[in-house]
Amino acid sequence: MVQIAEASAPASGKPQTALVLAELGQTLNTQYLIFTLGGESFAIGILSIKEIIEFGQLTEVPMMPTVVRGVINLRGAVVPVIDLAVRFGRPPTKVARRTCIVIIELINDDVRMDVGIVVDSVNEVIDILKNDIEAPPSFGARIRTDFIAGMGKVNGNFVIILDVIKVLSFEEIESMSNFGENPSPIPREAEH
Amino acid sequence: MDEQMLQARQAFIEEARDLLQAMETILLQAEEGQCDTEAINALFRSAHTIKGSAGLFGLDAIVAFTHTLENVLENVRAGTQTLDASLASLLLNCADHLGNLVELATQLRGEDTDITVDAATAETGKALQAELSRYLNTPSPSTPPPSSRVAEAAPPVEKIAKDTVEADTWHISLRFGTEVFRHGMDPLCFVSYLSEVGELKQVSTLIDAMPSAAEMDPESCYLGFEIDLHSTATKETIESVFDFVREDCAIRIIPPYSELQTYVRLIEELSEDALQIGEILVRGGALTPNELANALAAQAQQGEARQLIGELLVNEGIAAKEVVQAALEKQKVNTTKKISETKFLKVAADRLDSLINLVGELVIAGATTAALASKDGNAALQESTNVLSRLVEEIRDSALRMRMVPIGETFSRFPRVVRDVSRELGKDIELKISGGETELDKSMVEHIGDPLMHLVRNAIDHGIEPSAKRIAAGKPATGTLHLNAFHDSGSVVLEVRDDGGGLDRNRIRTKAIERGLITDDVVLADRDLLRLIFEPGFSTAAEVTNLSGRGVGMDVVKRNIEAMRGTIELESAENVGTTIRLRLPLTLAIIDGFVISVGKAYFITPLEMVMECLELKGVASDSHYLNLRGEVLPFVRLRELFELEGEPSRHENVVVVRCGGQKAGIVVDVLHGEAQTVIKPLPSLFRKLRGIGGSTILGSGEVALILDVMALIELAVTTDTRTRLTCNE
Repeated sequence: MVQIAEASAPASGKPQTALVLAELGQTLNTQYLIFTLGGESFAIGILSIKEIIEFGQLTEVPMMPTVVRGVINLRGAVVPVIDLAVRFGRPPTKVARRTCIVIIELINDDVRMDVGIVVDSVNEVIDILKNDIEAPPSFGARIRTDFIAGMGKVNGNFVIILDVIKVLSFEEIESMSNFGENPSPIPREAEH
Repeated sequence: MDEQMLQARQAFIEEARDLLQAMETILLQAEEGQCDTEAINALFRSAHTIKGSAGLFGLDAIVAFTHTLENVLENVRAGTQTLDASLASLLLNCADHLGNLVELATQLRGEDTDITVDAATAETGKALQAELSRYLNTPSPSTPPPSSRVAEAAPPVEKIAKDTVEADTWHISLRFGTEVFRHGMDPLCFVSYLSEVGELKQVSTLIDAMPSAAEMDPESCYLGFEIDLHSTATKETIESVFDFVREDCAIRIIPPYSELQTYVRLIEELSEDALQIGEILVRGGALTPNELANALAAQAQQGEARQLIGELLVNEGIAAKEVVQAALEKQKVNTTKKISETKFLKVAADRLDSLINLVGELVIAGATTAALASKDGNAALQESTNVLSRLVEEIRDSALRMRMVPIGETFSRFPRVVRDVSRELGKDIELKISGGETELDKSMVEHIGDPLMHLVRNAIDHGIEPSAKRIAAGKPATGTLHLNAFHDSGSVVLEVRDDGGGLDRNRIRTKAIERGLITDDVVLADRDLLRLIFEPGFSTAAEVTNLSGRGVGMDVVKRNIEAMRGTIELESAENVGTTIRLRLPLTLAIIDGFVISVGKAYFITPLEMVMECLELKGVASDSHYLNLRGEVLPFVRLRELFELEGEPSRHENVVVVRCGGQKAGIVVDVLHGEAQTVIKPLPSLFRKLRGIGGSTILGSGEVALILDVMALIELAVTTDTRTRLTCNE
């Protein structure tokens, strides 16, 4: 960034803009959305969050594992909704007054897609500095270690910063059910 | 090269591809001996257009090659060279080479002006050109060389009609209309422009039409020209010089080595004195004095029966009228051609797509409005929303129709493939194509080509046996491959049928065991056994050939078809042949749907598949079939199949659907009726889900799932079999 600023120094006004942008980028990077799920607080980097909507008008999709709550209409696009609690191996989330769907934008192999996750409530957006983020513990967090991007220190407490790519891996979610199809080339009835 | 020129070049490349495709089709027919004058003309026109346009962009490599090709075609068109199978075959290779050159042109960067031809391609081009020029140098027997004719002293008059003149020049006879000046044209410009296309040998100005000075109107043109031109240009090129004045001028262009009769006709038709014209022709070198004498003699002799030269002059009005008539007709042909050309409009595909998307949104918004109006109970509002939705429906249909193209375009590349592949394998195969007019969505046509290609190659390679084996099996030596397309209840079916040996069940079995797909104690139903060929890495060909047998193929085909929400069916009988049927949805965007619901869940089934609806009565709760007017109708209970919550409603309904030749019932709670359904593909997370084909957004804003009826029935069959087996265990 500094280099850019120097390189463009002759043009008046530009260095300042570059520096401001650099600062802004750093602050944005360290902003996180804090939400609660089953009484526990989690954080997701704000850059991957598209929007937060009220829970409602969800269409269930049959023959899907419980981790997939269904699909919603997001301004004309059909978006799948994942029950994060089931993904963490807990009972399905009960819908209450403050239940929300957080729409997350994933970029997988250059394909952009939106996924909704069900959370109990959304709390706040806070800054967590890089220095305040610790490596995930090898055990004790009660969710799979590879789901954790880091442990953020907020007001003396730790919140789990989620690795959304891992948590919302379609391959893994798909493999949680056989979708009612013939998974093997050998028709089942023939095995007996 | 500026942006516009680049775009134009792109257009040229596209046009050239189309033209080459057309040439290929004609040549393939010619190889079979089916080729009429119109086809030959089209062939020539295509080559000519490619050459002309390529010249415009300075693609000299293409121009040079096409030039030779065009000369041969010119001879074919003139009838001096017959288009036999061997020439057609050579021309096919030429078309391929030209295709390669055109593809090279696609790689041009902005600044390149001409294509760089690599050594191998250049070599092919040279070889082809050499072969082509053989056709040019050896005149076919129908045209004896000029020397032999001269040797004959005093040729009989009848012979003249067939004889050609010796001159190697074009003869152009021009009579400008009196209005030319008033239209702002200068006759001289055209004459001098002629020197751009060739060398002017002689120009004679005719002033016979000029009235006496007192009567002369200085704004009228009374001039005529007789011109001899030495040029390698084609007739079209020369004609195009006079494009602007063609309407009110009499123009006759006589190519070099034309029949003497043509000159006779020219002399006859022109209003000027025959001798004078004759002299001009001789002076210009168009005719030798001897030829002129013959021509005049011929004219005189013919004239005895019909008219004398003098009478010809008297009747010049009639002759002129005929010329005018001919000119008018030609004009008419030109206009109709122009009209049919403007019938098509090239539109960028993405613009069309965005229109379809918008129409989709419009449909949804319209449904919302309709829902609100009926809730409101305002009759006038409902009336108006009805009108609105009918209009939207029409817009939807015409928007979708814009994307529909006949499958024939895709089929048309197969005659060549079959010809090449069967030659390579030394098999004798006839390709039959039917149903080419069947239309389907453009986006689907793009994706169907490769799978079809695979199937066709497979059929030729593995399906159809060599002639000897066929004769031994008591079948005709020529194998038949049939490509067929038709519409069937809301889907398009593409069929690839061969009359070959059929699939060898034992070999499939052995191979599958070998590949570890099944264990050798497994007993499979025939259908399931055949389906094994769609497994990845499966191939029954004993040897890997150039074409197939690498084991990539059928699984890719299956995957491609399924990606289009299509299904693939396979029928095969030993020694009778194999039929592969691809069943594809008509469109990928919007369908007429039938809305049903189970509990709170809404579903949509494609309306084309729905045959009737009835109430489910008098059927035991665990039974899965009912009596439909004496017919057994199996049905699935959607609630059971999808494991939906809630108790069955008191009045359950059955939707009778037809799919792939079989009927089945779907039991639901409530029928809601028709609705236009904009198909929204489900997110990739659901790609393995069977029984659901997509989703849509209802007027309420809620997402409803679209049933994939075919898969649903299959699903019911497997579930049923499983249940039965569990019971037996």
